[in-house]
Amino acid sequence: MDISLQQVSYAYAKDTPFEKRALYDVDLLIPSGSYQAIIGHTGSGKSTVLQHLNALLKPTEGVICIGGTEVVAGKKNKKLREIRQKVGIVFQFPEHQLFDETVLKDIMFGPMNFGVPEEEARQRAIELVRLLGLPEEVMEKSPFDLSGGQMRRVAIAGVLAMNPEVLVLDEPTAGLDPRGRKEIMDLFYKLHIEKGLTTILVTHSMEDAARYADRIAIMHNGRCVLQGIPKEIFSDEDRLMDYRLELPQSIKFQKKLEEMMNKKLPSLCLTEEALAEELARLLKKEREI
Amino acid sequence: MLEKMIFGRYIPGDSFIHRLDARAKLLFVFFFIMVVFIANNWITYGILLVFTFLIIKLSKIRLYFLINGLKPVVFLIIFTFLLHLFFTREGPIILDWKFIKIYEEGLKQGIFISIRFTVLVILTSILTLTTTPISITDALEILLNPLKKWKLPVHELALMMSISLRFIPTLMDETDKIMKAQMARGSDMTTGNMKERMNAIVPLLIPLFVSAFKRAEDLATAMEVRGYRGGEGRTRYRKLEWALRDTLTLLTLVVLAVILVYFRN
Ligand SMILES: Nc1ncnc2c1ncn2[C@@H]1O[C@H](COP(=O)(O)OP(=O)(O)O)[C@@H](O)[C@H]1O
Ligand SMILES: [Mg+2]
Repeated sequence: MDISLQQVSYAYAKDTPFEKRALYDVDLLIPSGSYQAIIGHTGSGKSTVLQHLNALLKPTEGVICIGGTEVVAGKKNKKLREIRQKVGIVFQFPEHQLFDETVLKDIMFGPMNFGVPEEEARQRAIELVRLLGLPEEVMEKSPFDLSGGQMRRVAIAGVLAMNPEVLVLDEPTAGLDPRGRKEIMDLFYKLHIEKGLTTILVTHSMEDAARYADRIAIMHNGRCVLQGIPKEIFSDEDRLMDYRLELPQSIKFQKKLEEMMNKKLPSLCLTEEALAEELARLLKKEREI
Repeated sequence: MLEKMIFGRYIPGDSFIHRLDARAKLLFVFFFIMVVFIANNWITYGILLVFTFLIIKLSKIRLYFLINGLKPVVFLIIFTFLLHLFFTREGPIILDWKFIKIYEEGLKQGIFISIRFTVLVILTSILTLTTTPISITDALEILLNPLKKWKLPVHELALMMSISLRFIPTLMDETDKIMKAQMARGSDMTTGNMKERMNAIVPLLIPLFVSAFKRAEDLATAMEVRGYRGGEGRTRYRKLEWALRDTLTLLTLVVLAVILVYFRN
C-alpha cells in the first residue's frame, strides 16, 4: 500500500483563539514495503504527520492517499474502518491505552473490533505474547499488574494483532532499557522483512534510523525539509546541525578516525557492525603492505 | 477532537479587563447578577445590553468567539424563552392559531428573560476568559476568608479548586490521546446505537481513571516531599493588588444601578 501526502497542512483547534499550525505543505511518498524513518526535533510535527496516516486527523489543506483511498479536508470517508485496520499505529507510550481485565483480552480488542472471530483473535493473541517474549503466565493477568516494559509489549501486541499492512511506530522504545529497546526494534525489523510490512518509524535515535530505515525524512518546524536514503542524509553534518540533529555514533567515530589518520574510509558506516568490518579490512590491508 | 470546547478557559491578553484585580472582577460579576434584576422594561434592558457590549469591547475578546462560547447554553435560553412565550397570559393577544394563544406580555417577558440570561452568561464567560484560574481561586480564598470563623475549610476548598482547574486541560489532552489510540484499534465512539456507544466508552474511561489516580498520587507525594502542610501560616508568591481602577470599576456598577432604578417602571 503506497501512502502519499501531497501539500498537507494542518492546524490544531482551527478557528479558535488557540489555533496552532502544526504542518505546512508536507510532501511525502512512502512506497509499499519500504521502511521510512521520520526524524526531527521535539515539536517539529512528527506525531501530527503520523496521525494523518490513518485519518485520525484530516488535513486542513492538501490530500493524503492511503492505498487507493483519498483523505481530503472536510469530507466524510466511508472507508475509514478499512484504513484503520490496514494501518496500525503504535502511539507514544502505548501502555496508556491498556484497559481490559486480562492481557489476552486486551490484545484481542483490536481484531475483534474489526470482526475477527473470538477464537481466531485468541489464537493470534497467544502467538503474539510468545513472539514478544512475554512469559506465558502473564496471559491471564491484569495488564495493570505488569512492569512498564511488559505493558509496552502488550500494547504493541494489541496493534500487531490487527494484522496491519502498514505499521506506524511513534517512538516505540522511548523509556525502555537498552536491551529491551534492541529486542523490540529487531522484532519490528523482522516483521518488516518477513511479512513485507510497510514500516514508518518516528525516532529520536539516529542509530536506529541509520540501521533500519531505507529512507529518512527530516521534519523541522512543521515542514518536511529533507528526504533521502540514510547515506545521503548523514553525509551532510552541517545541514543536520541546522535542524538540531546529530550523526549516529558509528559515523561520528568514523569522522574522528578519518581526521586522525588523514585518510577516508571507502564508504559511510551506518552501523557499528559496518564500521567494524571496514576497520578490519583496513587493518588487514595495512598488515599486508 | 475536544479542542473546540472553550467554556471556562483563559485567553491570555492585555486589555483593561485582563489587568483588573481578580477580586474586583468576582465582586463585579456577583453584584452585577443582582443589578440585572432591577431592569424591567425596554429601556432598562437596552441599557444592560449596551453596558455588556462596552465590557466586551474593553476585554478585546472577539465577539464571534464569545457567541461560539454561548452555544452550550443556547438551548437553555430558547427553552426559557418558549416557556414564557406560551405560559404568560397577560395583555392583549397577538397571535391566535388553533390551540396556541400568544400574549403580548408573554413575548415581552420571553425576550427580557433571554436578554438577562445572555448578559449573565457573557459576563461570567468574560470573567473566566480574562482571568487565570489561579487568580480566581486566590481571589475566592481571600474573599471567603471571613467564613473561616464558622469552620469553613476555605484554604482546602480553594486548593481543591485550583488543582482541579489545573488538571482539566491535562485530562482533556489525555482523553484525546486515549480516544485516538482506541479508535486506531477500531473502537468507534461516534456511531452506533446507545448500547454500542456505552460499550465503546469503557476502553476510554478505564485508562483515564488509572492515569488520573496515578497523577493524584504523584501530586500528593510531590507536595508532601516539598513540605506542604496545609494553609496555616502560608504566604503567597503571587499577590493580588487592588488599584484605583478596581474601585472605579465597582463604582460603575453603582452608577449603572442608579440609572436602571431611574428608568425602570
Ligand atoms: N492536541 C494538540 N493541540 C494543539 N497543539 C498541538 C497538539 N498536539 C501537538 N500540538 C502542537 O503541534 C506541534 C507539533 O507537535 P507534534 O506533532 O506532537 O511534534 P513531535 O511529535 O515532532 O514532537 C507542536 O508545536 C505541538 O505543540
Ligand atoms: Mg511526538
